[in-house]
Amino acid sequence: MAIFVDQNTKVIVQGLTGGQGKYHGLRNKAYGTQIVAGVTPGKGGTDVEGIPVYDSVAEAVKATGATASFVTVPPKAASAAILEAAGAGITFIVCITEGIPAQDEARTYNTLVRDFPKVRLLGPNCPGIISPGKCNIGITAGEIAQLPTAKGPNVGIVSRSGTLTYQALYELKQLGIGVSTCVGIGGDPVPGTSFIDCLREFQADPETHAIIMIGEIGGSAEEEAAEFIKANVTKPMSAYIAGVTAPAGKKMGHAGAIVSGGKGTAQGKMDALRAAGVLVGHNPTEAGSLMAGIVAGLS
Amino acid sequence: MDLFEYQGKQYFARYDIPVSKGDVAVTVDQAIAAADAAGYPVVVKAQVQVGGRGKAGGIKLANNADEVRTHAGNILGMDIKGHIVKRVWVENASDIAEEYYASFTLDRGAKKHLLMLSREGGVEIEVVAEKNPAAILMLHIDPVDGLPAAAAKKAAVDANIPEAAQQGVADILVQLYRCFVDGDCDLAEINPLILKPTGEVHALDAKVSLDENAEFRHPEWAEFQATVELDARELLAREKGLQYIGLDGTVGIIANGAGLAMSTLDVVNQVGGSAANFLDIGGGANADVMAGALEVINSDKNVKSIFINIFGGITRGDEVAKGIVEALGRVDLRAPIVIRLDGTNAAEGRDILKNAGIPESKLTSKSTMLEAAEAAVALAK
Repeated sequence: MAIFVDQNTKVIVQGLTGGQGKYHGLRNKAYGTQIVAGVTPGKGGTDVEGIPVYDSVAEAVKATGATASFVTVPPKAASAAILEAAGAGITFIVCITEGIPAQDEARTYNTLVRDFPKVRLLGPNCPGIISPGKCNIGITAGEIAQLPTAKGPNVGIVSRSGTLTYQALYELKQLGIGVSTCVGIGGDPVPGTSFIDCLREFQADPETHAIIMIGEIGGSAEEEAAEFIKANVTKPMSAYIAGVTAPAGKKMGHAGAIVSGGKGTAQGKMDALRAAGVLVGHNPTEAGSLMAGIVAGLS
Repeated sequence: MDLFEYQGKQYFARYDIPVSKGDVAVTVDQAIAAADAAGYPVVVKAQVQVGGRGKAGGIKLANNADEVRTHAGNILGMDIKGHIVKRVWVENASDIAEEYYASFTLDRGAKKHLLMLSREGGVEIEVVAEKNPAAILMLHIDPVDGLPAAAAKKAAVDANIPEAAQQGVADILVQLYRCFVDGDCDLAEINPLILKPTGEVHALDAKVSLDENAEFRHPEWAEFQATVELDARELLAREKGLQYIGLDGTVGIIANGAGLAMSTLDVVNQVGGSAANFLDIGGGANADVMAGALEVINSDKNVKSIFINIFGGITRGDEVAKGIVEALGRVDLRAPIVIRLDGTNAAEGRDILKNAGIPESKLTSKSTMLEAAEAAVALAK
């Protein structure tokens, strides 16, 4: 088991003929992901190293039976690409595009909620998702992810930041701890998938025995996650929140990482998570070693 | 990007939101010309992005040109909480019967637009929220539906706006919402939104923050970009296309990825140091990007040591190392570098650095983030 994606997931790449799309799409395929088609309007009938390209998502879905899409198109085209995928029957959409206007994101998200309630969007502005050994959609380097073991204990990872996601995977690999699924939800103001969505799945996944959560300043997603954890998550957790020293009112690289009006501070988020029983580290390495302690207690 | 009041009012005017007749001035003579055109009495307002302008003496009423000369002369160049006043906005003074508050933002938790409307305007909305939360109407708007005129009217009624002002407020809400959505604002706020004794409703102030991700569809934002106040380091960083925020510590920071950069600041702080900046060089850290980053950090006189924190995911450690070696050949650094290189091809990268013949007084390599932070902080002391 893993959450959201596994070895049976058939994936199309929207933007496969672009530089980024080709690079990451082929890497995902080389990892073992079932990349079954690409979509680029006007390039139907061609192929990218043997992967057939279609003009529309509908044609690609009809020909391949794909259920997931990897959207890697420029910000101007991303919203339309997401809605096209949803309209064509794709149920899991990973969008790595950075720089989509917040108004577009809000409209796209609410359109999905209303018209396509069964569709899950991961991102935008996220590194993607990897179920080690089974499926890798996005820009994560697959080799830094430790394979899960049949008897466990395995850890699920959910994170708002790309590099800190890799850091978490790497820490666990150094410690020899298997990963069930690692989900990067992205750093934008309106993420399609929240911490809570992932925590719910990890809690229900028999292959996941403990969870690492990596948050950052801005918004209230970590506080909401803490409330959810208190009420619903029985698996042990460690966490790290980036941005303790970030100055108020400045966007720290990610569009969503901003402390405004005294809200969204790292301290507030850490306090909320601690109150929910989560072990909170002061840096990513400490969150990893806290997890090592948890895992040692489980084995 | 936060706009000055005068820019916010000009932006509002594009969306037909009624604002006072006025103009911006950078000299006393310009201020007098603006006052003559607007009609007396006028209000001369300091243009700074900080609260408390009125108390600091940055907002004055003037009944004639001589008074404008005196007030504009005093206000231009004034220091308000560390912000030097470079411009004043001069507008026709309004008679005020009542003051309200209206704003639109994105509620990230609800993932919907949020209208806040209050009968108690003219004071900070945070104060109203604390003292009398019932006086603020909070209405979530589904971005797919938008805000129809009937819903705006109902909001005005529900917020207990007096009947004489309800239609005027509702009209402005519809226009302000259009400004918020089509104008790609993170925040569009009017405080105070006034009712004049003559019955018109009117925006007396403007607070607008724009979403920079939408810049590609707003060529009119170029003039706003031109007035963004950056220090010399931030200007250089912008020229080089780097994600940089100047801070006032002594350890220069370079990291790949926003999360890791934030985390690097935290770790430096945790071991007793302070960061001179936030700098995210992003995914593909080639020699050009690295050289540019080192140049920006080198321009900061406070920097005593430089902490390069790279985790190779997509970025490969050997490429980063090559970039650093090449960059060191181009930039003559004043401060020593401590580097932590980890992740994909990190060992190869460390070998490249070791074999490049860089003296240890200029570059040391550490294997963990914490060790590197400790070394960088020790060098900065």
